[in-house]
Amino acid sequence: MSVAIRVIPCLDVDAGRVVKGVNFEGLRDAGDPVELAKRYNAAGADELTFLDVTASSSDRETTFDVVGQTAEEVFIPLTVGGGVRTADDVDRLLRSGADKASINTAAVNRPEVISEITDRFGSQVLVLSLDARRTDDPQVESGYEVTTHGGRTGTGIDAVAWAAEAAGRGVGEILLNSIDADGTKAGFDLEMIRAVRAAVDVPLIASGGAGGPAHFPPAIEAGADAVLAASIFHFGPVDMIAQVKQAIREAGFPVR
Amino acid sequence: MGAPRVAVLDYGSGNVRSAVRALERVGADVTLTRDPKLVSEAEGLVVPGVGAFAAVMKALKDVGAVHQIGRRVAGGRPVLGICVGHQVFFEEGVEHGVRTEGIGEWPGTVERLDAPVVPHMGWNTIDAPEDSVLFDGLHDERFYFVHSYGVQKWEFEVLQPRMKPPKVTWSTHGAPFIAGVENGPLSAVQFHPEKSGDAGAQLLQNWLGTL
Repeated sequence: MSVAIRVIPCLDVDAGRVVKGVNFEGLRDAGDPVELAKRYNAAGADELTFLDVTASSSDRETTFDVVGQTAEEVFIPLTVGGGVRTADDVDRLLRSGADKASINTAAVNRPEVISEITDRFGSQVLVLSLDARRTDDPQVESGYEVTTHGGRTGTGIDAVAWAAEAAGRGVGEILLNSIDADGTKAGFDLEMIRAVRAAVDVPLIASGGAGGPAHFPPAIEAGADAVLAASIFHFGPVDMIAQVKQAIREAGFPVR
Repeated sequence: MGAPRVAVLDYGSGNVRSAVRALERVGADVTLTRDPKLVSEAEGLVVPGVGAFAAVMKALKDVGAVHQIGRRVAGGRPVLGICVGHQVFFEEGVEHGVRTEGIGEWPGTVERLDAPVVPHMGWNTIDAPEDSVLFDGLHDERFYFVHSYGVQKWEFEVLQPRMKPPKVTWSTHGAPFIAGVENGPLSAVQFHPEKSGDAGAQLLQNWLGTL
């Protein structure tokens, strides 16, 4: 008896519409986040994540509407990330119906914002989204560097040390995305998962590199408590979540 | 017979919208309120809660809710606590070495979970008594938990032979902890039924059936 490994689809949302599209048969509107959220819920997703990639702040209002409509119809946890900079931003998302918010660049720029958020709402609402890549920089002891701006900008900050610091400051969970593995479909960066797992005792969500169900169990063996992916679910067969869960179950880990 | 009238206690605790919607989904007529009249008159009262034990207790006291809840329970009127709204019914909470007195309907201390990974976040199994009303038909389901603290010892003493002991449901994260208590009009669950999909909806429906 233990907590199930969570399987989490991630949707990129721009001005209230899903970008990159999702290839499900029979969808009336492949760009409607609410309809997709319902589909993923029915398909067995354990949580959902929306990554708000909206550029302009005026369009951001639409995001809050979408979050609200989703929370009205889907009764599993919803995390929303993208553009979260302050405790007030988190407040706005929670009031809209999100259960958790994820923070990335803003926490790198000003780590104090973590405790400002968790003191007000508790650790459970805050996910640190950590985009990391391998580096030869001798200053970066673990060999993994924190990046910002979707992996385009290196910071010279050690990703493992940053994960530990953020956990110490109060984040309830860490979403570890490998920039090197992202989009390769060649599997997760297992060494990176192991390195971060050894440094933190908060739940760890692995992301980046999933190309098929067989890629998931090694990430869990490496120490992930949850797995997040986008394209494999969006463009794979409708039962991909079930296939992933089957692979995890066969490897001896509990799933819902 | 109309829809059961349920008040969800509004005392400034996090995302309560999901709780309201989940109850509406299973047919309740829900009001989000702290108005003493509505809180006492509703057929059922839901006490949500997220965040720190001490902060939730303070907020409950500040709006006079501890008194309201006590009167309902004494009068045999159903109350359902969720998450920290479950924890506050125990004797005390200990966070970072600081003790805070709880409502104290049940003995026990809410303390940091003894597990390698904390918070306990995700879908876990439960071990409910056969005659549980809340978990009727749900013994093999998983529910969504998010918490770092819990009650790991049940020390209830049956003082009178005629007293019916509460029904206690357990879950395990590192060590066993109390996932739910059914004690006459007062029920409470450590997980989030409003976030536990169809299983959570059924549990809320089971509770509405007791109103």
